[in-house]
This record gives sequence, C-alpha cells and structure tokens, in this order.
Amino acid sequence: MKGSMQKESQLVFWLFLLPALFAFIMVMVIPFFMGAFYAFTNWSSSAKLDGGLKFIGLKNFIDSFKDPAFIYSFGLTGVYTLLSMVTVNLIAFALALLVTSKLKLKNIYRAGFFIPNLIGGLILGYIWQFIFNNAIPALGKVIPFLSALADPQNLMLSKNTTAIIAMVIVSTWQYAGYIMMIYIAAIENVPEELHEAAKIDGANSWMRLRMITLPMVAQAFTVTMFLTLVFSFKQFDVNVSLTSGGPSTMLMNKPILGTELLALNIYNTAFISNNLAMGQARAVIFFIVLAIISLIQVYVNKKKEIEL
Amino acid sequence: MISKKKIGLIILEFVTALLFVAFIFPFYMVIINSAKTAFEITQYPLSLPERFGNLFTNIVKIWKNEAVRYPASFLASVIITTVSLLLINLFSAQAAWVLARTKTKVSSFIFFIFVAAMVIPFQIVMFPLLSWFRTITNITGIPLLRTYLGIIFSYIGFGAPLSIFLFHGFIKSIPLELEEAALIDGCKKHEIFFKIVFPILKPIQATVLVLNGIWIWNDFLLPLLVLGKGNTIQTIPLAVSNFAGAFVKQWDLILTAILMAMIPIIIFFLFAQKYIVKGMIAGSIK
Repeated sequence: MKGSMQKESQLVFWLFLLPALFAFIMVMVIPFFMGAFYAFTNWSSSAKLDGGLKFIGLKNFIDSFKDPAFIYSFGLTGVYTLLSMVTVNLIAFALALLVTSKLKLKNIYRAGFFIPNLIGGLILGYIWQFIFNNAIPALGKVIPFLSALADPQNLMLSKNTTAIIAMVIVSTWQYAGYIMMIYIAAIENVPEELHEAAKIDGANSWMRLRMITLPMVAQAFTVTMFLTLVFSFKQFDVNVSLTSGGPSTMLMNKPILGTELLALNIYNTAFISNNLAMGQARAVIFFIVLAIISLIQVYVNKKKEIEL
Repeated sequence: MISKKKIGLIILEFVTALLFVAFIFPFYMVIINSAKTAFEITQYPLSLPERFGNLFTNIVKIWKNEAVRYPASFLASVIITTVSLLLINLFSAQAAWVLARTKTKVSSFIFFIFVAAMVIPFQIVMFPLLSWFRTITNITGIPLLRTYLGIIFSYIGFGAPLSIFLFHGFIKSIPLELEEAALIDGCKKHEIFFKIVFPILKPIQATVLVLNGIWIWNDFLLPLLVLGKGNTIQTIPLAVSNFAGAFVKQWDLILTAILMAMIPIIIFFLFAQKYIVKGMIAGSIK
C-alpha cells in the first residue's frame, strides 16, 4: 500500500514538473550551453555543427576588446546605467514623497506617473523621437528666448553626447513611476506613531525625512538600485526606436555608432556585421557582467539580513 | 498659523500637478498629433489639430495599412499573450507545488537551477535558440520558427523561472495540514492540487499573470527573432516598428499607430489598476 502511494507520488512529481521543465530546458538550458560553446568557435550561418565549425579559443573575445565599437559601447552602457540609476531613483523617491503626503489628487498622480511603465520601450522611444525632433524645435519657434532650440544644429538626437542624455530622459520617464511605487510601499510601511512622536518632540518635516523615513526605507533602496541597474544595463527597445544607435562618431580612426548600448551592439554584431560567433562572445561577456551584479546583490542582501 | 501649513500644502499640490502634466505631456502630443494631416504636423506640432475628425481618417488608414495590419496584429498579440499566460500560470504552479512539497535532492537541485536561471539574460541564449529551433524542425518536422507554437513555447520556457520562484515562495507559506487532511479523506494527489492548492494560489496567480502579461504584451526582441520580419503573424510592437521603418517621418500616421497600440493597455490598466500595481511591486521585491 505504502509502496504504491510512493510510486504515485513519484509519477505526479514528474508529470507536474514536466511541461515547465521541458520548455525551460529546450529554450534556456540547451541554448545557454550551445551559446557558451559557440562563443569559442567560428560559428556562422555557413559554419555549423555538421560542417566547417572550428574551435578558435578566445579569439572572439580578444577581437571584441580590440573593436572600438565594442569598447565604446561598453563604456557608454556604463555611463548610461550610472546616469539612469541616479535620475530614476532621485525622481522616483521625490515623486513617492509627494504622493504620500496629504495631496487631494494623489491617486490620479500615482496612476499618471506609473502609466509610461506599462507601455513598451519600443513605443516610448518613437514617441520621444517625435518630441525631440519635432515638438522641441517647434517650441523654439514659438518662444523667442528659446529660439536656439529651433536650430537643427541643436537637436538633442543629432549629437551623441546629447542623444545619450535624451536616452536617460526617456528611461527616467519609463521607470520612475514603477520605482516610485516600490518607494511608496516602503514609505507607507513606516508606522505613523514614529512621525507623531517626533512631531511632539518638535522635529520639522526635513528632520523627520532624514531621521525616520530615510532609515526606514533603506531596505527598499537596495532593491530599487539593483532593479534600475539591471534594467538600464539591458536597455534595448528604447535604444532601437529612439536613436537606432546613431548618430555616428569616430573612435580610434574608425567610424562607430555613437549611442549603441551593449544589447544593441550584440544584436548588430550578429545580424548587421554578420558575425554570429563574435556576437555570441559579446553576449557571454554581457552575461558575466550581469551575473557578477546579481552575486553582489545577493551578498548585499544577505549582509543586510544579518544586520537586521 | 493655519496659513503656513496650508500654503505649504498648496505649493506641494501645485508642484505635483506640474510634474503630472510633464509626465503625461508625451501622451497629449500623441493624441493631438494623431488628428493632424502630414502638412499640419510638420508646421504646427504643438497646436491643437484643425479638425479632430481627422483622427478618424488616420485611424482608418492605419486599420487598413498593409504594414500594420492592425486587426490581425492585435489578434496575434491577444492570442500569444493569453495562451502563454494561461500555460505559464498552470505549468509553473504545478511545477512549483511538487518542487515545494517533495523533499529530495533531485527536487532541490531542479528548483536551484530554475532560480539560478533568473540571472540569464535573453541575449546569451537568443542566437543559439534560433539555430536550435531550426535543428528541431529539420529533425522532427515540427515548425517552431515563425509560428504560434514556437513563440508560445518560448514564453513558457522563459517565463518559468520567475513564475516558479514566486509560486514556490507562496506555497511554502500554506500549512501542510490542509493537504494532509485531504489525503486522509482519500483524495488523489493531482486532485489535491486542482481542488485545494490551485484555488488558494489566487493572489500569487494575479502577480504572475500581471508580471508576465506586461512583459509578453510589450516584448519586442523575442518576437522579432522567433516570429521574424515580414511574417503573417506579427505582434503589435512588431507592427509598429515595421510601420515606422517603412513610413519614415510620416509622423501623422506613425503617431496614430502608436495611439492605437497604447489604447488597449491603458484601458486594461484603468480596469485592473489595483492588481497591476500590487503585482508589479510584489514581483520586484522578491
């Protein structure tokens, strides 16, 4: 009797696990190991497993780090990620403070700040392309002291330094409302009594923000920092629709794309430059950076838990 | 005395209202410019349209456009999102339940692999995935690239790690006594899941559905690769990018296409706002 029940248990275990596990192995596990292997080969549409495929060691990785476009893209992604982390979190936190105070329309405000996050990055990028290329120059024509905006030379998307700032603006708009919601949850968890007690002791709102709210939502900062870090590092959709990586610029005497983030560089290396193996090697590098970020996150969280 | 506090609050209300206007300004631009002609939009992108009736003309143009194929793209997005969601929800809940309730080494190992896989970015698997799908089709004859089957199957695989992780955490908090009592009453194991456990999972199902739903509906890169360009099956993001690529700078029509792409999500948000916000916060903190 016991034996048959155990058998039934075993059967249910595998039957219930199978659909999810099968799909997971087929689309993630197998391609992951294939990809890790292909990164060290001359893999291409003509060189496949059944012929022509050669092991070439670290060549794809070494060549990647010799390619100005990749080095530039790597550095640019770092700068973009840092800038986005700062602006998204600053604005999100400010918004959260505003909409947790006693405003009349706070629910409408919350919804308004949150909505950009529900619409895909691709569509957001096109909207902002229109704003930067058409609406802002038109503003320059209407308002006399902003006439510089109407000059085609001053379009934000026409120079790579300003274009990357434009990308930071769009991603701030995209993510601030979402991060705000996390801060709101944290702020609303702070017991009201703490504020009441501090008020009686004569603390003003700035002191209460510094001595009560900030320490109480510190845990949320770890979450939001890592979330924005990972989101920004992986940014692809807005990059494609807002700038497509352009405008071009020069680095080490080679023309390269001026706003091409890593995810787009990986895609373009494989499909535009037609170098599948090199694109795969860059994807492996991309993965390693993200894995390190995640390990640091786990470490920081564990440490925090112990402290608590 | 009242005035100081009141003035402060009025200033806050004013600042927040300004920020709110700044945040929704891009949407306002989309709406007013969707109702303009090509000439109007290049001359006066900031002013109100001459005739709001023009919005209807533009919508009809996009509805009938060969690159957008709005009705077909909308339907494809709905099919892909709903079928993927239903299957991710069921399969992940099943898997998480047996993983949480079976205390063996194999079980913990499989769960560990699912959790570890959450770190894997799509970029590292996307190129091999395409060639792997092609190989499978060559061997078995089952078409995976450019088909509903292939993209839904992909979403089940990519959605599983986070969904299983969320379900697993929730299931561990359900007292075991409930299931044991049912077992004593003679319930079969699979009946326990469908009759008792699955209904209890409702709150976490909402989270799983919201998180995966927003991701799949808006996803661009995976459909671009798995469905490909110029396919009869295209999702809304693919349709918009297809159209914007083919009709460069025709902002009157591009913005109309964007408006039509946004409307379904915004309507959905207005109805399910509570669940969406809750689900997204719950998913992020885990």
